[in-house]
Amino acid sequence: MATISREEVAHLARLARLAVTDAEIDLFAGQLDGILQAVARVGEVVADDIPPMSHSVPLVNVLREDVIKPSLTPAEALAGAPDAFENRFRVPQILAEEE
Amino acid sequence: MIKETAAALGAKIAAREVSAVEVAQAHLDRISEVDGRVHAFLHVDAEGALKAAREVDAKLDKGEKLGPLAGVPIAVKDVIATKGVPTTAGSKILEGWKPPYDATIMSRMREAGLVMVGKTNMDEFAMGSSTEYSAYGPSFNPWDLTRIPGGSGGGSAAALAAYEAPLAIGTDTGGSIRQPGAVTGTVGAKPTYGGTSRYGLIAFSSSLDTPGPCARTVKDTALLHTVIAGHDPMDSTSIPQPVPDVVAAARLGATGDLTGVKIGLVREFSGEGAEPGVMAAFRDTVEALTKLGAEVVEISAPHFLYALPAYYLIAPSECSSNLARFDGVRFGLRVGDDGKRSLEDVMSMTREAGFGNEVKRRIIVGTYALSSGYYDAYYGQAQKVRTLIARDFAAAFEQVDVLVSPTTPFTAFLLGSRTSDPYQMYLADLYTIPTNLYGGPAISVPCGLSEGLPVGFQVMAPTMADDRMYRVAAAVESVAGTLTPPAL
Repeated sequence: MATISREEVAHLARLARLAVTDAEIDLFAGQLDGILQAVARVGEVVADDIPPMSHSVPLVNVLREDVIKPSLTPAEALAGAPDAFENRFRVPQILAEEE
Repeated sequence: MIKETAAALGAKIAAREVSAVEVAQAHLDRISEVDGRVHAFLHVDAEGALKAAREVDAKLDKGEKLGPLAGVPIAVKDVIATKGVPTTAGSKILEGWKPPYDATIMSRMREAGLVMVGKTNMDEFAMGSSTEYSAYGPSFNPWDLTRIPGGSGGGSAAALAAYEAPLAIGTDTGGSIRQPGAVTGTVGAKPTYGGTSRYGLIAFSSSLDTPGPCARTVKDTALLHTVIAGHDPMDSTSIPQPVPDVVAAARLGATGDLTGVKIGLVREFSGEGAEPGVMAAFRDTVEALTKLGAEVVEISAPHFLYALPAYYLIAPSECSSNLARFDGVRFGLRVGDDGKRSLEDVMSMTREAGFGNEVKRRIIVGTYALSSGYYDAYYGQAQKVRTLIARDFAAAFEQVDVLVSPTTPFTAFLLGSRTSDPYQMYLADLYTIPTNLYGGPAISVPCGLSEGLPVGFQVMAPTMADDRMYRVAAAVESVAGTLTPPAL
């Protein structure tokens, strides 16, 4: 069933924000083809009328009381950040200057 | 001292025959002696362990009554958040990260007086069956240092088999507690999904991930299960029901009487693709259980044959979503931030540098399976197959109390023998995966050797009937005994 091209692997990697190298694309394209052919076997099962199961625990809308509880301080929350500035996570620019 | 059970160590500490500090030091010494060869640990917290042990001793000095495992050392898989103690999930992307909070199961272990000696090695983000996908190098099987200790929780299992700790924590998404237990001759239990809290467990596949106890005996495993299990309001999938009395069940099973217990053999797992020595040890054990009074019947679970492909769609799909959080903003690595590159470029470079190949493969498979045009044929169909597998379990448990199989089709394989073909690695999980998709509990207990290497016996039980699997596992232990690896 599945065959996956180098271009598709590169596209999927871009969607997943993975700056993969050409060598990785070559490696993954072959391996992913094998994996996808193996997992495509789920298509052999006749299951048109079967409801999908996303979870084994049938709990929905688990709510809690709306009360304030102790939580992390800003310093604790920011302690693991690669870059922080005035109690915020600092990120590289999102929009280029001309945008 | 290091070869004692957790139950025995806990009793001696409570009776003041030995101090918690002495017990902790003995295990830290053992780690210093052997871990250079075993590499079970990514981080050893000697200072934290001795401090926790001193606190236990101080409480006992004051006459406080503590739980049965107070002062007993434990090794914790590096996917569990431990406040102030490095937690990497076996990945470079989290190198040096110190969580600002404890996982719920970690808080419960601290309250019970358990002494954490360190964090154990694992396949990156718990994706693998050998620890060879750890970014920090593999762990080695104490039975034969040229072989894998299983995965993803191979570090925890190796620590037990090498007598570096009598207890350990694992997490099981597709077999990551049970398969390492099987190939190292130790015990590992995957509780009912929702029976143990996922709060503070770094997510791989949220509908499958289950933390659980590991030890060298069934009773020790049950004692640890009791400490960590139970409802947690911090996890919305945590089941608000009482924990079954697994310690009493283990005691009952240890008497060696299984009269009235109906055991189902899964016809679809009757040995195709399994090593002959694994099947022989398994069948001998089933025979022994009939002599203890168990009734054994064959059960058909036709959709179990599709569990492996369904799992390798569902788990990568969930992982591709869960691992989006590693974006170089809130924690861990950031690469390429030169003041000119865009956020998107920095994210892509960070994830490229921080993730290993197996993680990248699964993220790409998951992204593929969830993309429009492929969703129905892959992820949607896998979820329907999951329903059919759960129905197979429900039908089976109308006829029998537990299902049994070998834990894994083959014993510990040689390092490097399955890394070139990812799907060959996935086959290690053939027998463990159906349970994860269904959500019930399952345990692996040693049942003998095949060509000198341990074989695991798997017992699967209905949701929230964890006690049943402990009873049968303890009965297996009563006939098969515990396994002792060769001296390191």
